[in-house]
Parts: sequence; C-alpha cells; structure tokens
Amino acid sequence: MNDRGKIIAGLIIFFAVFTFPFWYNHGAASSVPEPKLTDKAKAAKTCVADTQFMRTEHMKLLDAWRDTVVREGGRVYTNENGKEFMASLSNTCMDCHSNKTEFCDRCHNYVSSDPYCWDCHTYPKEEK
Amino acid sequence: MNVGYLYSLLAVIVLGLIAYAGVEAAGLQWLFGILIPYLGLTIFIAGFVYRVMDWAKSAVPFRIPTTCGQQKSLPWFTPNRIDNPATTLGVIVRMFFEILLFRSLFRNTRVEIRGERLSYKWVIWLWLFALMFHYSFLIVVIRHLRFFLEPVPWVITLLEKADGVLQVGLPILYISGVTLLLGATLLLLRRVLIPRINYISLAADYFPLLLIIGIAITGIMMRYFTKVDVLKVKELTMGLATFHPAIPEGGISGLFYVHLFFVSILLAYIPFSKLMHMGGVFLSPTRNLANNNRRIRHINPWNHPVKVHTYEEYEDEFREKMIEAGLPVEKE
Repeated sequence: MNDRGKIIAGLIIFFAVFTFPFWYNHGAASSVPEPKLTDKAKAAKTCVADTQFMRTEHMKLLDAWRDTVVREGGRVYTNENGKEFMASLSNTCMDCHSNKTEFCDRCHNYVSSDPYCWDCHTYPKEEK
Repeated sequence: MNVGYLYSLLAVIVLGLIAYAGVEAAGLQWLFGILIPYLGLTIFIAGFVYRVMDWAKSAVPFRIPTTCGQQKSLPWFTPNRIDNPATTLGVIVRMFFEILLFRSLFRNTRVEIRGERLSYKWVIWLWLFALMFHYSFLIVVIRHLRFFLEPVPWVITLLEKADGVLQVGLPILYISGVTLLLGATLLLLRRVLIPRINYISLAADYFPLLLIIGIAITGIMMRYFTKVDVLKVKELTMGLATFHPAIPEGGISGLFYVHLFFVSILLAYIPFSKLMHMGGVFLSPTRNLANNNRRIRHINPWNHPVKVHTYEEYEDEFREKMIEAGLPVEKE
C-alpha cells in the first residue's frame, strides 16, 4: 500500500491548521488599545478603587453590585477609603466614563469580550 | 500499589512551581513567555510530522479485516456497509464515526463473573467521558484563538456566546471549561479507582491527564478567581503570533506563566507519547482500509521484483524449433 500522497496532504492540513494564527495576522504587529478617559474622569483622578484593581476586577465588582442592588436593595457602596458611591452602572460608572465606545468597547473588542451589560442598561449618547 | 499517578502528580506540581518561581523570583519572563512557548510549538510540529512520516513509511502488506459486521459476500447476504466496508465511501463513513464519535470506545465492554456465569456487559462510561473531554478541549482551544487573532473573527465570538449561554456570573461561565475539567477528572478517577485499570496504568497514562487538569485549573483560576490583566495577556500572545515577541510592561501574574508553561510542555510532549493518537487515529489500518482482500489482489510491497518468462514468450522464442520437433504450439 502506498498512501504517501494522502498522508502528506493530511500533514499539510495539520501544519496549516496549527500555524493558522501566524497566517491570519501575517506578521503584522498589532497595537494594544488604551482606554480613553474623559475630562471628568481625569479630574476625578481615582475611580471607586485603584486602577489596577479596576482593570482586572471591574466585572466582579459590577456583578457584586448587581446582586446587592437587585436582591438586597442596597444602593450604597462603600469603598476601601470609606467613600460612599451609588452602586449603579449607568449613573455612577458611566457618569465619568460616558464614552462607551472609547472606554469600554476598545478593550472589550480587543479581547473579544462582549458583556451583556447594555442589553438592559442605558449608556450616554455620544456625539461624533 | 500503583505509584504512577503519584510520580505524575509530583512532576506536574514541580513543573508548575518551576514556572512560578522562574517568573516571580528569578524574573525569567522571556524564558517562560517567549522561548519555551516557541520551542514547545516547534517540537510539537516537527515531532508530529516526523512520527506520522515514520508511520507512513511502514508497509501495510494486507488489509486487516478486524470488523464488526458481515463482509460483502454472495448477493443474498446483507453486508454491513459501514462496519465492514468494501468501498472507499464505506471507509470514509467508518472513519467519520471513529474520529468524530469514537465508535470503538462506544463498543467498550466489561467482563464480569456473575455467580457462575461469565458475562460481558456493555459499558458506555469511558465513551461518554472521552466524548465530553475531547469536545470540551476542542472548544476551549478554539476559544483561545481570541488571544491569537486580531481582529477576532465572528465565528469565535459566536462560539464564546454559545459557550457562555447560561450567563452565570461575571466573567460569564463557560460550559466547556467546566466539562473539560470534569471530563479529565472522571478519566483520571477511572484510572485511579477501578483496580483492574489502575493495575495496567502507567505514569505515561497519568501524566498527560494531570497536566491537562493543571492547565484547566490554572485557566479557570485566571478567569474567575485570581484575575490577570487580560489585555496584557493578549499583548503577549499577539506578540508571539506576529513574531514580534515582547513581555508587556507591568508584567502578568505568575499564574499565567504556569498556564503557558504547562501548555508548552503538553505541546512538546505530544509527539513522544500516547497523545499522538491525535494523528494516529487517521492512520489506524484496521479502520481506514476497505475490507476487499478477497476481491482485489494486494501485492506484498516488499516482494522482490521477479523476472518472469511467460509461456507466450517461451513459445515465441522456440516456435520454429518446436514445430521442427513436432511439438504442439498455440500459435502457428
């Protein structure tokens, strides 16, 4: 039996599949998006927690807020420094970060994260 | 006692600690983030091609008809066209079921002595766990392409949506992550808890399972518990995928490097291990050849070419002499 041809064809497919990312990006270095802060956010200087925490944990914080607000009616969130905030995505977060496309979406799109926050919550209209 | 799983567990833990210490204490990000992943992928591809070509070179002189159905025979016997295929189409269907649905595992039986009788019982657990494990792993691997492609194709986004359809928690729970860990754990427990399977299991059986469990646990940790900066992770992986490798500023937690190290080890380990069944399943001679031994002549590939002198040639050579001697000839 000589199936060399078929086997080599199979190996070529194998190679193409496992090196697909290299072909797809064709070696072009991509730029990492940087979330853009609005003037109001810049003026406030700090968010409800420090930047590094917010970068990695914001979704868990929002999830915790959702649970306390919806299930316990607790609208007040006290941060580490004892400062109180209203636990609300639309009214607190997006008051400063009113630029959804340049703040939220940039990184979300980059890492292919498509949260369903705005299925229900409204976000400020952005002027183009 | 089978100590295979203890050695394998120890090996996985030590590997994890090496990567963690290497990054967190020794600052060898470039080694664990750039060099080892590239090395792992290179060993995987080169080793895989080498193994398959090695198999391709071995001669298969005769079809091996290990079949589970009636062979194509006289017209009044109904042949089993899939389990005992006589045509290429039948082989393709059999291979389809084998590769995508693990039909051989589905036929798994357990031998038991029940009272005075020997019984063979149909057992589907191995098939079920294997199916769960392999498909979860496939989905997890495809999902990970979001770290290696920019822009991320819609197919991957769609798969993520389907995988997170339960919308549990934030970040949304992926079903495949749970089933991958569950499937691998069940396959491991099978080898640890069932005495007969434990008896025939080697360290080489436990190590890949434990390594994959290690990959799944570190991945789940990073996504749901001790979060890593996913933007930095993608910066690193995109660097790898575009041949512009760089360690992102600010750094990524050591857990990520443990995950990446485990994956690199797994990739490099595949060509040297039973995990080559990934390529081997396509080349299983008992599955991918039509059972046509009786209808088609198969010539042994290592037969020496024999010089033949047929009767026709003999007669052509000696016809005149044969006629002179009065011997009968076929052609005048």
